[in-house]
Amino acid sequence: MAGIELSGIAKSYGGVEVLRDVDLAVGEGEFVVLVGPSGCGKSTLLRMIAGLEPITAGELRIGGRRMNEVPPRGRDIAMVFQSYALYPHMTVARNMGFPMEIAHRPKAERAGPVARAAEVLGLGKLLDRYPRALSGGQRQRVAMGRAIVRQPQAFLFDEPLSNLDAALRVEMRLEIARLHHRIGATTVYVTHDQVEAMTLADRIVVMNAGRIQQVGTPMDLYERPANRFVAGFIGSPTMNIVEGTPVPDGLRLADGTVWPAPLGARALGIRPEHLHVAPDGDGAGLRAEVQLIERLGSDTNLFCEAPGVGPLLARVHGDVNLALGSSVVLTPDLARLHPFDAEGRRVPVGR
Amino acid sequence: MSAALTDTPGGTRGRLSRAYLGMVAEPWLYLLPSLLLIGGVMLLPLAIGLGYAFQEFNLLRPGAAKWVGLDNFQDLWADPQFWRALRNTLVWTGASVTLQFAGGLGLALLLNTRFHGKKLVQALVFLPWAVPTFLTALTFSWLLNPVIGPVPYWLSGLGLIEEPYNILGNPDTALWGPILANVWYGVPFFAITLLAALSAIPSELYEAAEIDGASGWQSFTKITLPFLAPMIVITVMLRTIWIANFADLIYVMTGGGPANSTQILSSYIFTTAFKRLDFGHASAIAVVLLALLMIYAAILLAVRSRLVRR
Amino acid sequence: MAALGRPHPALVAGKYLALAAYVAFALFPLYWLVKIAVTPDRLIYSEGTRYWPSAATWDNFREVLGSDFLRFFGNSVIVSLSTAAITAVIAAGGGYAFSRFDFRGKRLVSALLLLTQMFPLLIIIAPIYRIVASLGLLNTLPSLIVTYTAFNIPFALFLMQSFFDGIPKDLEEAAMIDGCTRMQALRKVILPLTLPGLGATLGFVFTAAWSEILFALMLIRKEESMTFPVGLLNFVSKFSVDWGQMMAAGVLALVPSCLFFAFIQRYLVQGLTSGAVKG
Repeated sequence: MAGIELSGIAKSYGGVEVLRDVDLAVGEGEFVVLVGPSGCGKSTLLRMIAGLEPITAGELRIGGRRMNEVPPRGRDIAMVFQSYALYPHMTVARNMGFPMEIAHRPKAERAGPVARAAEVLGLGKLLDRYPRALSGGQRQRVAMGRAIVRQPQAFLFDEPLSNLDAALRVEMRLEIARLHHRIGATTVYVTHDQVEAMTLADRIVVMNAGRIQQVGTPMDLYERPANRFVAGFIGSPTMNIVEGTPVPDGLRLADGTVWPAPLGARALGIRPEHLHVAPDGDGAGLRAEVQLIERLGSDTNLFCEAPGVGPLLARVHGDVNLALGSSVVLTPDLARLHPFDAEGRRVPVGR
Repeated sequence: MSAALTDTPGGTRGRLSRAYLGMVAEPWLYLLPSLLLIGGVMLLPLAIGLGYAFQEFNLLRPGAAKWVGLDNFQDLWADPQFWRALRNTLVWTGASVTLQFAGGLGLALLLNTRFHGKKLVQALVFLPWAVPTFLTALTFSWLLNPVIGPVPYWLSGLGLIEEPYNILGNPDTALWGPILANVWYGVPFFAITLLAALSAIPSELYEAAEIDGASGWQSFTKITLPFLAPMIVITVMLRTIWIANFADLIYVMTGGGPANSTQILSSYIFTTAFKRLDFGHASAIAVVLLALLMIYAAILLAVRSRLVRR
Repeated sequence: MAALGRPHPALVAGKYLALAAYVAFALFPLYWLVKIAVTPDRLIYSEGTRYWPSAATWDNFREVLGSDFLRFFGNSVIVSLSTAAITAVIAAGGGYAFSRFDFRGKRLVSALLLLTQMFPLLIIIAPIYRIVASLGLLNTLPSLIVTYTAFNIPFALFLMQSFFDGIPKDLEEAAMIDGCTRMQALRKVILPLTLPGLGATLGFVFTAAWSEILFALMLIRKEESMTFPVGLLNFVSKFSVDWGQMMAAGVLALVPSCLFFAFIQRYLVQGLTSGAVKG
């Protein structure tokens, strides 16, 4: 078990810079999730940690040792690929024991760890099968088994669940969480799915366009997004953002409503679940028309249009007794407003 | 790339460039044997061969080769055998490609349907492709021989020839012997490539056409043919070049005879080099053939790029 | 709608008839070859054009096997197997480079390889003869092996590339993370998965080398190093009367080709489309 430190990491292909100024320290036993839209550089970063991509600039240390020039086999890490990358010509048992086979560990010595990992993952009966005879979920488990058997310094996961269907994805997500609690290994996990990130991570690294946007615990990111990108990426449904003109006590929205905001704010974010909905006539506030209603049972999504201000989504608990086209008043939970400046950065609320 | 190299001051640059060099060099290392062989056995001789075309160079008339400019080509211009071979090349290539293509397309369309015993039928009809060329040539010259072959009797039965004689012995008909052998040998090639292209056409297209009310013939002309067209053009082009260069069948079946009536340019190259050992003359013919093929390829590629753009 | 019903019975019958015609066209010449090979000498002329011989014999084969043909056959086996093996190894290296690396000059090399498939090979028959003669290698099998190997490399390289392309890069990377050097990854993971492809390449090249005749005629003029096609052709021009023996020899020449054909059946499409130009 070891920590991973990245300092000033950059990557360019030809003259094109795809990653820069990446500084990150993953603590021993920590589960860190890299999340971002496709093309943000998260997979490239993971592959650089694995040694599959050369590092253009900066330094990578695993367990305190500089790793930039060390080939993958010398880094003592395990990786689970999106495609699982199981060796088609080897049985499940040989797939899982392959790292030890390469390390010239005798057969008898390999059997124990393979059997234990298989038991943990419920693969006991499948050890003699070939990958082609396994379901997607089973292949996923074998890939994880191969990683566990090695007892590496760190685990790397590259979008491991994106080839599975929705139900299986939830099941495997729980499995990974359970496994991490049990083994407590240092883990770097790449995904584009913010739900995976929120549910699995000790800390999340949000990336966009080759740069780290914010690093923090899931609740940090939810409650204090550092900028509009993170605000929009974390949380589902997506946070509403309204623009306004600064006035002494806050921001004035297009319809004249004033919401409180600190100095320097140009836009305010409010999550759908923090927007209160009242039928028309009940006092002052932002007036809007209900254009679409999604009833999910436990919650209801109201897609509203506030004249001049734009579309706003409100999420309320349970069902509502509202008709399409009815007029409502929207009031934000004032403590949950996220102020952003003209560049989209979070404005600290000075108290 | 070893751990011992790390943390040497000022080493980063050297390491990087060495690693970089290694990465650049690696694919070339794997390619090296291929490139050496192709360069030494094909490209270098190609250059030498092109040079021969401008030299007087005959192994039967010893003496150093000497540069003679365009003399070889002037000789060709005055050589009636060359013109005959050129005409024969057109007939040979045109007839072979057309018949192979027609036969191959028919076979591919048949094999693209469902029927019992498909695997076996497929293996059997593709078998001629695997028969060594010299054996194909010998087999067909035997089949055409009235002493031991049935074909002359069939032909006379059909009224194509008056009496069962060997068409290979008649200068007017001899070229059709190798063409027949070539069709037999080449139909599988077209069938295999066209079948691959056919099975790549998504079946939804046919279903959509059927819903839109297209007849079977309309489906064929509006979907199948346009889909196959770019592939057909490239296959036909490569095949034409290959057949124009393909002298084995003719050489084995007729040796270019009788009286040079079946000589095509490539077999003429071979007999000139092999029997007369006149390398200058042979290379001049080869250069003409190469030039003709390049012009042909350029035209067909232009057609193809228009087809693809459409 | 007509399309939902069964096709017209006449159409079905026509289809099977056409298929039967194709099968007959493909097989008849080979049948004839075998027929004459097993016809006893005394019946060859009297039953020259009978469709079914009244008697059969192995005599022709026995005689052929006791003649020079055994040597020709051996020479051909040596040349074809060596060519196939060397070509497969060399082309595997090139195909791997083409499949796994992006490097400057790749397009140029690939254009060069295509060029070698376009020009009339006979243009180089004279220079090759000169080079081989000046090296003192005329009438030797290695001269044929080297020449055939070079001829087949471009096609085999593209074929191997298509097989490598079918193996996900992830597998190599996983192997390297699991502790393999690149060489170990090749040996333990890539090679076992490429074996069928390697086999197919061997088959294609073997078939091509087995049937080559013009360069063999040019480079080999001594009986002891003749390959099978050259020997057979020599036999034809020397004693053009013993049909039974010639046909028996022909049938023998067919055997290795058919074996390899059965073996490469599954890869025909890949072989013909990736090489695109090979016969």
